[in-house]
Parts: sequence; C-alpha cells; structure tokens
Amino acid sequence: MNKRTLEENIFKILMMISISLVVGSLIIIVALVIINGAPALSLDLLTQTSSGEFYLGAGGGGILNAIVGSLLLALPATGLACLIGIAIALYLQKDFIHSWLAGFIRFSLDILWGIPSIIYGVFCFLIMIYLGMSASVMFGIIALTLLEIPIITRYMDESIKLVPIGLKEGAYSLGSTKFETAVKVVPRQALPGILAGILLGLGRGIGDAASILFTAGFTNRIPSSIYDSTAALPTMIFQLSTSSLPVVRQKASATALVLLIIVFTISILSRTLSKRYMKHVIK
Amino acid sequence: MNRRKLRDFLGTKLMLVVTVAVSLLFFSIFFLLLFKSLLIFEQHSLTEILFSSSWNPGFNQFGLYPIIVGTILVTGIALIIAVPISILSAVYIAEYAPKKVRKVIRPFIDVLAGVPSVVYGLCALLFLVPFVKDVVAPWFGIETTGYCILTASITLAIMVFPIIISLCVESFHAIPLSLREASLSVGATKWETVKKVIFRASAPSVISAVFLGFGRAFGETIAVNMVVGGITRTPSTLFSPGQTLASLIVSAYSDMMSSPLYESALMMVALILFIVVLLFNIFGIFVLRRANKRWNV
Repeated sequence: MNKRTLEENIFKILMMISISLVVGSLIIIVALVIINGAPALSLDLLTQTSSGEFYLGAGGGGILNAIVGSLLLALPATGLACLIGIAIALYLQKDFIHSWLAGFIRFSLDILWGIPSIIYGVFCFLIMIYLGMSASVMFGIIALTLLEIPIITRYMDESIKLVPIGLKEGAYSLGSTKFETAVKVVPRQALPGILAGILLGLGRGIGDAASILFTAGFTNRIPSSIYDSTAALPTMIFQLSTSSLPVVRQKASATALVLLIIVFTISILSRTLSKRYMKHVIK
Repeated sequence: MNRRKLRDFLGTKLMLVVTVAVSLLFFSIFFLLLFKSLLIFEQHSLTEILFSSSWNPGFNQFGLYPIIVGTILVTGIALIIAVPISILSAVYIAEYAPKKVRKVIRPFIDVLAGVPSVVYGLCALLFLVPFVKDVVAPWFGIETTGYCILTASITLAIMVFPIIISLCVESFHAIPLSLREASLSVGATKWETVKKVIFRASAPSVISAVFLGFGRAFGETIAVNMVVGGITRTPSTLFSPGQTLASLIVSAYSDMMSSPLYESALMMVALILFIVVLLFNIFGIFVLRRANKRWNV
C-alpha cells in the first residue's frame, strides 16, 4: 500500500513540475517580450517607416511599414480564405456530397493544415518565378490564403456539421433550394463557429513568417500597389533579430510586442464574439 | 422560379469547383516540387544526395547527410523533451486539476498555441541562447556559442507542447467515466487508474498526438533558423551548430537563383520535407480517426 501511494505522490509531483514548465514557458515568453520590448516602444516607432539606419541602431524610423504591410497581407488573405472556406465547408454537407467523399476532402484538408508554412512559401515562390514576377503583396496574400484555407474551412465545417437537420428540413419544406438553405439558413446557425474559424485563421496568418519571407519580400516603404514588395511584422522581427546590436534587438522585441498584442487581441475577440453571436443560435 | 433554380445550379457548381480546386492544391504542390527537383536527380543519384556529407553548392556538391542528421537530432530531442512533459500535463489537466484551475490553464495553452513562431525564435535568442552558452554547456564542460542543436530542440519542444497537450486532454476526456469508476471501485489509486486504464484506452490518440507534434516540429522553419547555427556540418555533439531541412531553405533562398541546379536541390529539400511531414500527418490523422470512432466521438 505504501509503495502505491508513494508512486501516486511521485507522479503528482512530476505532473506539477510539467504543468509549471508549460505555463512557465508562456509566462517567460510574454515577460521577455515585454521587458525587452517595452522600453523601445514609442510613438515614433509606431508612426514612422523604417530607414537604413534603423537596422544599424542609430535611432530614427519605426515599424509603420511592417504594421501596414501585415494588415495588407493578412486581411485580404483572410477574406479570400474565408470566401473559399465557406464555399467548401457548406459543400461538405450531406445535402450536396456523399459522406465518404466529404470524409476524404476533410482528410486532405487536415493534412494540408499540417503542411509546414515554408512549403506554401516555396510553392508560391515557384509560381511567382514561373510568371516572371517578383516578390509582392499579391503573392504574399496568395501564400497566406493557401495557409489559412485549411484552418478556416475545417473550423467552419465542424460548426456547420452541428447544425440540426430539422432546421434544414424546415427550410426545404418551405420550398427553398439547396443553395438557398446553405447560404441563408445554415451560416446563421453556425455563425459562432464560423467567426471563431475566421479569427483563428487571421491570427495564424498575421503571425506567419516562413510563407511570406520569399513571396512578399522586404522593403522600407509602405507598398503603393499590390505589385510592390512589402515588410510585415514577422519578417521585420526576423530581420531585426539577426543583428548583434542590443539596441536593434530591443527594436525586434518591441515589434514582437506589437505582434503579440495584435495576436492576443484577435484571440480575445474570437472568444467574446462567438459568445455574443451564440444568441442567434437555435438550440 | 426559374431564376432561383438557375442560382441554385450556378451556386452549387461554384462550390463544387472551389472544393475540387482546393483538393487539387495538394497534388499540385507535390508535382510542382517533384518536377522542379528532377534536374538534380538527373545529375546526382538519390543515395549520393542522401548519404554524401559534403554540401557545397558552389562546387556542385549536394550531400544532404549533415542536414538530415541535424533535422533528426533537433526533432528527436525536441520530442524526447516535449512528450513526457506534455502527457503528464495533459493527465493533470484532464484527471487531477480542480475545475477552477482547469478553467485557467486551458486558455493559457490556447494562447501558447497562438504565439507566432518568430516570437518563439526571438525569445529563444534572448534567453535560451545565453542560457545554454553560460549555464548548460559549462555544466558539461563544453564550450559553445549557444547557437546549437540543443537550443533549437528546446525551442521546438515548447512550440509542440500545446499541440500534444490539447490533443491528449481531448482524448482523455473522451474516455467513458464508467471505465475510470470500474478501476477506482476495485481499489486502484488514481495514478494506477491513469496508468492502466486511461493510458491503455487512449493509447492510439496519444500516439497520433505525438505524430502530429512531430510533423509540426519537423517543418518548423523560422524559430529553428534563428537559433540552430546554420552550419551544414554533421553535428558532433548536441552543443555544435547544425542545420535542418526547413531552416536550410530560408538560409539559402537568397542565393538559390544563382544556379538552376542549386534551385533544384532546394526544391528537393522542400519535397523531402513535404513527403515526411505528409506521411507522419497521414498516419497521425488516420490513427486519431480510428481512435475517435472507438468511443463514438
């Protein structure tokens, strides 16, 4: 008996150590970014574009181009991925497609979800080279769209799956077509899940560096058209952190702080929004 | 009436086209990468590429052996660190934690999953690199810059935590309560129940969680690139710098346009990455689906 309780206690302690390591690593990450980044965070940093000296530590300039670039890349990409995602997620319902085929498509979406983002980056880079174009906002958007499609689609799909059959039958019995039911009735019921999926995709897209590194390029200016290359927050952090100067690294942390604030806001927004729109859901 | 039918027809077909296009995406990535890497296979044999240890694109040498060893080491050690910690944490969250604690910890893990990988990389750069250089390495009596295999592994382990934990917690929750009650009622302690009932009942899901975690770690690019050292030499110890497949693509992309052969070699690296991650994910998802059916989730 004693040996058994001893084992129980040993593993309890090991569990406490594990969970504190996991929670501790998150706290350390956030603390590191705040401690290193907060002193460098200023209004100038947020409202000026970067210049050559910016990377050499000599004051001057900010990350406005990266902030704008990130929004220019992630927002349209999320919009596109959302349009494509909703079409697929609605089509995966039993009303349209055999369930084994739907299962196969879900399976391939799950696999696409796991593909490293660098592969999407390389894929878009190859297409870009083939078309004889150079790194630009356009290809950054395409890369992020591809990255976000599986996430958004699967999230929407999971919540659309839960729409009660009676609701759809009600729509059909009133004479609506399949498409009308899918577009007008189903999304309203699945709205909380759809919103959560979109925001999750946005959070993933805005934080990803590997896919836009080759496809969106890097520049100090704010892009004026979709054929211009652009900086983004993740690529900016990547650029700045390679420097050995502490001042520049501090700027990297400040940029990371901005990115973390954006990502956390999105995740909080996703929780509150899906709660709020729960009220339209018929249970 | 006709207009509605037309809209129904067009709308449905549009949805079909989009679905087919995205399903084909997967094959188009595969074939494009394969097509691009044909060039390197024309000049070098597969065994030469996989087992030659000289990577020197300028001199037409494309041996991937050091990079493959580096990738396996970094990923393997990351999993050795991450798997026990994640599983124990998951057991705590699912079985031991009081409801209040659970409610606090779950969002923590979700947030950890949402931290962008470049931020992990930056934190590793700020904290882990000096830590490994000044604390861990002297402990073993080894000198290092801190940019090494071990640093990259620890970074990856932290990135994999949320994936394995949330999948494991889900699978533990799916096990019927009656199984636990049966074990507890014959006098087993809580840990014995976890060890002999929960682990056995959820083994397939735990294995698939590990596989999916592996897929994530294997393909992680930016964070690894920032701390692994980026030197294509076969690492001799855990404290020597190395290179991984994904990180190589980032390091080399700026000069890859210099020769078509070099470009082809990098596309082959991407292809290997794609195939390996694909196999692990297919296996992981397949096992997970079978496991979910078991408890009718």
